[in-house]
Amino acid sequence: MPAVALLVFREVLEASLIVSIVCAATRGVHGRGMFVAGGIGLGILGALVVALGANFIANLAGGAGQDIFNAGVLLSAVVMIGWHVVWMSSHGRELAQHMQAVGGAVKSGSRSLTVLLTVVALAVLREGSEVVLFLYGMAAGGIGAAGLAAGIALGITGGSLLGVALYFGLLRIPLKHFFSVTNALLMVLAAGLAATAAGFLVQSDLLPAWGSQVWDTSHLLSDDSITGKTLGVLIGYKARPAGIQIAFYLVTLALFGAGMLWQKRALSVRTALDGLPGDSLPKLSH
Amino acid sequence: MRLPLTVAMTMSLMFAQAGAAMAGEPPEFTLVIKNHTYSPSELKVPADIKFKIRVSNEDSTPEEFESTDFNRESVVLPNRSIVVYVGPLHAGTYGFFGDFHRDTAYGRLIVQ
Repeated sequence: MPAVALLVFREVLEASLIVSIVCAATRGVHGRGMFVAGGIGLGILGALVVALGANFIANLAGGAGQDIFNAGVLLSAVVMIGWHVVWMSSHGRELAQHMQAVGGAVKSGSRSLTVLLTVVALAVLREGSEVVLFLYGMAAGGIGAAGLAAGIALGITGGSLLGVALYFGLLRIPLKHFFSVTNALLMVLAAGLAATAAGFLVQSDLLPAWGSQVWDTSHLLSDDSITGKTLGVLIGYKARPAGIQIAFYLVTLALFGAGMLWQKRALSVRTALDGLPGDSLPKLSH
Repeated sequence: MRLPLTVAMTMSLMFAQAGAAMAGEPPEFTLVIKNHTYSPSELKVPADIKFKIRVSNEDSTPEEFESTDFNRESVVLPNRSIVVYVGPLHAGTYGFFGDFHRDTAYGRLIVQ
């Protein structure tokens, strides 16, 4: 039972941290509870399908299927988060103003919600498929149903509680800065996911490592500790990153930054052309 | 959308480089999982070169070959094997474990 609880806890923790940041980032958007719940549901369904098809996936691409699949899931999430971050860079302020004005939900941003539903689903799918394979092994190994159920319940509760704690912690941030903070959090989260994806491609030799361990901070904070794992999800902390992982991290941040600048510029040009008061947007000189 | 194209081109360039690096095929070492333990539990590998570890699972349940010391994780299905590329690593000792059976499945790489 403790082994089950621990593994389920670790995997649920990773997924729930991502879900809680997504929840915070869509604060005040009408109907987001449904979208997040839908994302979790789809993710669990996907995890079952992936676990069932694990043999098929493993056989793909001359045995590199599992790594390519994992990297693909992670990079899809990165692209989705990028879309949201770029969109929010111009709409976040507007959203916060609406929320202050009406004191509640706004009916905008549903397109971005669909994107974030996908992110939630992908996060749950990735961690969930591992849990399913593990639990299958435990069940086949003859652990009793009671021990299995207790372990799962304990693991899910513990992992989700930390996610919920993070969510309510984030809600304490003043509304004025709120979406800047959640946007920044999503950016470093995505950069970390991209770095993890690169790691999968290195381990099947599809990418060069560019130095297998560029630095080593494991004596300060190990990847396997709860803090290390949490920071691993939140900011992409890795005690011994490969060079290519650092490159993926930085390129992701740079691409997101460029997208945000481009979006702001496009919007300010449009606002100027329409002759509307662009009070909520910073003007860029050309 | 020129950006995705640039990314795709950069990616394919990196894949090509990885292919070229494979010209001298890295040596392969084998780990066997049986009864949720690794054998050998200590694997001697050369320092400062890239090598392959083939992990073969002879149990009837899945295992996850994992190491935080050399950053690898890969699920090994029952009665199947996987190959992970590792290194180059500096001389030293690096632990690995089976994430699904941490209490029994663990071992070390002796890099020298």
